[in-house]
Amino acid sequence: MVEIIIDWLQAALRWAAPLLIVSIGEVYAERSGVINMGIEGIMLFGALAGIAVGFYMKSLLMAVIITILIGALLGLIVAFLTVSRRTNQVVTGLMVNMACLGATDALFSLMSETRQSRVATFPALFPQSMHNIPVLGPLFFSQPVSTWVAFILPFIAGFILYKTRWGLNVRAVGDNPKAAATAGLSVIKIKYQTVVLSGIFAALGGCVLTLAEVGYFSAGGMAAGRGFIVMAACVVGGWDPIRTAFICLAFGAADAAQLRFQTANSVIPYQFLQMLPYIITIVALAIMVKRSIVPKTWGAAYDPKDV
Amino acid sequence: MEENNYALQMQDITVEFPGVLANDHVSIDCKKGEVLGLLGENGAGKTTLMNVLYGLYPATTGRILLDGQEVKINAPTEAIAHGIGMVHQHFKLVDTLSVIENVILGISDKKQKLDLEPAKKRLLELCKEYELYVDPDEIVWKLPVGKQQWVEILKALYRDCKVLVLDEPTAVLTPAESDQLCNAIRHITAKGRSVIIISHKLRELIEITNRVTVLRDGKFIGTIDTKDATELKLAAMMVGRPVSIERKAHPPFENPEPILVMKDVCAVDDRGVPALKNFNLVVHAGEIVGIAGVDGNGQRELAECISGMRKMTSGSITIKGKPVTGVIADPSFLGFIPEDRQKTGLVMDFSIADNMIVKDYYNEPFAHKHVLRYKEIKRHARDMIKKYHVKTPNEDVHVRNLSGGNQQKVVIARELDPEPVLDIAAHPTRGLDLGAVSNVHDILLKERNRGAAVLFISAELQEVMALSDRIVVLYSGESMGDLNGETADQQVIGQMMLGQSPEVQA
Repeated sequence: MVEIIIDWLQAALRWAAPLLIVSIGEVYAERSGVINMGIEGIMLFGALAGIAVGFYMKSLLMAVIITILIGALLGLIVAFLTVSRRTNQVVTGLMVNMACLGATDALFSLMSETRQSRVATFPALFPQSMHNIPVLGPLFFSQPVSTWVAFILPFIAGFILYKTRWGLNVRAVGDNPKAAATAGLSVIKIKYQTVVLSGIFAALGGCVLTLAEVGYFSAGGMAAGRGFIVMAACVVGGWDPIRTAFICLAFGAADAAQLRFQTANSVIPYQFLQMLPYIITIVALAIMVKRSIVPKTWGAAYDPKDV
Repeated sequence: MEENNYALQMQDITVEFPGVLANDHVSIDCKKGEVLGLLGENGAGKTTLMNVLYGLYPATTGRILLDGQEVKINAPTEAIAHGIGMVHQHFKLVDTLSVIENVILGISDKKQKLDLEPAKKRLLELCKEYELYVDPDEIVWKLPVGKQQWVEILKALYRDCKVLVLDEPTAVLTPAESDQLCNAIRHITAKGRSVIIISHKLRELIEITNRVTVLRDGKFIGTIDTKDATELKLAAMMVGRPVSIERKAHPPFENPEPILVMKDVCAVDDRGVPALKNFNLVVHAGEIVGIAGVDGNGQRELAECISGMRKMTSGSITIKGKPVTGVIADPSFLGFIPEDRQKTGLVMDFSIADNMIVKDYYNEPFAHKHVLRYKEIKRHARDMIKKYHVKTPNEDVHVRNLSGGNQQKVVIARELDPEPVLDIAAHPTRGLDLGAVSNVHDILLKERNRGAAVLFISAELQEVMALSDRIVVLYSGESMGDLNGETADQQVIGQMMLGQSPEVQA
């Protein structure tokens, strides 16, 4: 029984890692008022980039760098549409997601040879000898480096948001862009920065999904709604990087649990088990949403000409 | 070259909005260490002029001189850099952030890491210097409005402004806070900084300013030294145009039963400040009760409470004995001409015909089993256009394309044609030319003679006096008195509007 629990917790941390990474960028974007709903699709690009670069260039470092570049580019596109062109953020995000789904599937079909062998995944941070320490070994020391990064990032993100000038600017822009503009900030520039960041972290999250976990890419939307779950986590977590991280962890745990139930020959059909994280999301939203303070201009277009 | 005495000179400023000259070659100047009042009615162009100074609107003509040097100001950042501080009527604070975070927002600093301690220290020094105390760590939305204004002023002082502009600063302040503000302004000018106060409250301008510049309809009327000014003189300059409205005969009405009864009504404004304080009012059938008072003394809240758009915090309102909430949607009970016809009264991008039925669209003959009957709707609209003399090519024209007077006729036709027992007209003549004004007056008088109870709210005293059977003066959410419209004296009402008890009871 203990073994099952340790195995489950270990998986929970690993499954939560991509969510955590994606949530960092999304919290910033939403804090500045922009809902980047395209993170689901951008994750797909990150996932594919990780596998493709890992396969052809045999370099994890290059995989990460190229993932960041692709994420930044996609973030820039979303920023241009939603911030400069002031398109509806929800519709734009949906379209970006559909386009990314099609594009990644099409690109992947051209790279079918990547399926032939497993790509090298992120290594564990601690030496093999430590993996055998009871409980702590499997739970922490055997985790890939990406998991460690994912769990440290929210604290850094929280520090930046609350304790730096840039973080203050982001919070001000999302809550009252007119006041921020009259105080001399460039609202547009800050929104671009946060949305590009959300693209980068979404792509990195996708990269971690493939390169830390499964080691392959699968067509047909392998992000499986994780981007949307992150959006829900932002709401439930009250747009606070650390609280949002905890929510992501809970979703990761639910995801890991349902996978375990599936293989445990449960009488419940697996389709229902797969619904579990999403149902938890809905329930959490319904219970918690009232308590969080929404960024005042969340999802609203900002026209600098409005006085 | 002699030393330049002027902190600010704005010369020959013209601002044109589509169809309106908001500022028509206006010039003002403000000496160092001086308090300049900028006086004018709503829409006179005071705020527009200050927004030009703050780089929010471009001016089509004119130039701005600061300390004798011509400057170009294209954005608020540039205005701040030139030492201009502005406290807008609607505060520009991020209310989820703390006071100190708001104060330092946008000030560039080489360090990325926030170090609030030195900033707090400086802010507290400023608090002490100007006797405007706020807690730097308090979150702004938790502060009362008065304190929020201190934050705005301190924010400008923290940026070392040379000219501080206050737009209607006392509108949100209690009398004690207003005194505190006056005190702070004295401290500010003692340091050689200049203050410009935008207001239409005569008394406070006389109390605090050195000179007053009067604007009217976007034009510069004149500047006078405050020591030579009286409230009457300033009022004459501010209103200016000869508003000679004849009082028409008010035939006595046979059966004056009470229609609108308000008992101990309390309400708060959008900021949560008490706007109506235990207000009592009865309006009878066949009478026009005029509500006089300087704008912003609870008139809006009064109208909104009766029309159900604002919840009262206590008290009761009945129309013909029925609680107001049950009958407001019934066109035969309440006709409401709202203060802002474009926002509240009309759907600007609907046709005249559609606007005529927005209260009634689900009833026969305009609808039959959920399907609108456009033949009937259009016929009705054509009747209304004829009856109320709306100038339009046809009933399909979007209301947006009508003139203000004709837009008001559409509202009046919709609201008053069903012959409601109670008419509320909130500033029904605002922005209309004299012809349209007398047209509205005739309609309201006709309503009264038909037997409707009419509540007429206006900031134009002449108008209230010409039209009302009784006049209630509203000051700071309270009734200052109830006067007979035939015999009321303008001087007395004027005093009551300023919050003074009348020396002679009318």
